[in-house]
Amino acid sequence: MKIGVIGTGLTKFGEIWDKSLRDLLAEAQLKSLEEAGISPKDIEMIFTGNMCAGALSGQLHIGAMAAENLRLNVPSTRVEGACASGALAIRAGIAAIESGAAKIVQVNGVEKMTDVSTEQVTTALMGAGDEEVEGFQGATFPALYALMARAYMQEFGLTREELAAVPVKSHKHGSMNPIAQYQKELSIDDVINASMVSDPLTLMDCSPITDGASSIILATESIAKKLNNDAVWVVGSGQASDTLALSNRDSLSEIKATRFAAEHAFKQAGITARDVHLAEVHDCFSIAELLAIEGLGLAKKGEAGKHAAAGHHYFDSKMPINTCGGLKSCGHPIGATGVKQAVEIVHQLQNRAGKRQVKKAEVGVAQNVGGTGATVVVNVFKR
Amino acid sequence: MFRSTPIIRWRKYQERYNLMGAKCEKCGKLHYPQPALCTCGSSKFIAHKFKGEGTLLSFTDIGSGPEAYAEHAPYCLGIIQLSEGPKITSQLSDCKLEDLKIGMQMIATFRKFYSSGEKGAIYYGTKFTPKW
Repeated sequence: MKIGVIGTGLTKFGEIWDKSLRDLLAEAQLKSLEEAGISPKDIEMIFTGNMCAGALSGQLHIGAMAAENLRLNVPSTRVEGACASGALAIRAGIAAIESGAAKIVQVNGVEKMTDVSTEQVTTALMGAGDEEVEGFQGATFPALYALMARAYMQEFGLTREELAAVPVKSHKHGSMNPIAQYQKELSIDDVINASMVSDPLTLMDCSPITDGASSIILATESIAKKLNNDAVWVVGSGQASDTLALSNRDSLSEIKATRFAAEHAFKQAGITARDVHLAEVHDCFSIAELLAIEGLGLAKKGEAGKHAAAGHHYFDSKMPINTCGGLKSCGHPIGATGVKQAVEIVHQLQNRAGKRQVKKAEVGVAQNVGGTGATVVVNVFKR
Repeated sequence: MFRSTPIIRWRKYQERYNLMGAKCEKCGKLHYPQPALCTCGSSKFIAHKFKGEGTLLSFTDIGSGPEAYAEHAPYCLGIIQLSEGPKITSQLSDCKLEDLKIGMQMIATFRKFYSSGEKGAIYYGTKFTPKW
């Protein structure tokens, strides 16, 4: 497989009070078109990842909204898979091109989350879990990931300080990303002494509530070569599922679907974990980043925390992870996250990531998780 | 959590009040709650009531809960492996975070969950508490 990414667009991530759901989506859509140097009429299909607009903005039918923004009548579909909605939209775009149904596709992600109370957001996000098994019991996402963190700490001896190295690194990267929600550095003590959300996870282990939108344009190899001599290629894509509820899985200390999705994506791309130069992974909570790194095979089980504490995941170190600042520092507008991960990888591979540029990066991987690991998408990008 | 009319909870009363799960007729595997298919592929189950005892696999506390539980916070949440095998996500009752330890024995207890406002239905179910 070789599909070109010929344009990217991102809004600022954060509390964007003066922009609506539609404003954010339109801004990212127009930016990716402008970067690709094409007109709306060239777009043959649109896929947009979004999770919560129905619950938080009273707006569904996001597919039609995306088409209307471009004054188009082409097929346009909203894709939902909880926090993995963005990467699922990319996979829908890939499938459209691979099948021959379209030659140029726009893939977007959008979420507008700061218009409502934290309780409303918590309730809406719990839709990513199992309502009958977990929701009824009053579970929240920080709590479910805290259960995973505690089980992992018990099993592998991960310390609180090692876990805190994850958000510290994320904020260092975020401080070099102009669109990041938080561009302020943190210390290990800042993380450990922050207010407790769900023990052992503090507020600084948790990704924030964020507004934002992201967009990319995908095209067939021949069109991409014609339009853009610096195209980055999607060369592998994998997706896997697991039980909705964490308690219905064999292990609480791994996200098995990451392993399955990565196996498929790496095989399709003809690579192994050793070939990966950088990765954007789904650090909705600090522990999730470690589980992602191990699931992708970038560290042995139980060792990712040691690597994090040793500083291996900084942009200028052995295995750069989440150079955009990750979900923690860049922000986590749910549906937009998966597409934003792709944008960061593309910018890194094109040598346009500014102060946080990874040197000689040729293969990048994006891993996007829905819920506590019930849906995982892994996409592989190559220069 | 999702707020609703009583019927969404009513249909799960057996499961929630009595820890009623399912036993696969073909391979004998126990499930809580009853799935569509057993891991062996069979869809034939007979009802199975769990004893309500198990081991605490992990736990945490929730300071800021979903809307329906806002007035209950803080409360503890855990995953318990029932002595018969299946795992269950459950609120942990009559205990504080400091009381809890992975591996401790837990028993089921029938408790109030939440109510839909002052005049709405009150919802009940099973929580777990340490077997002191």
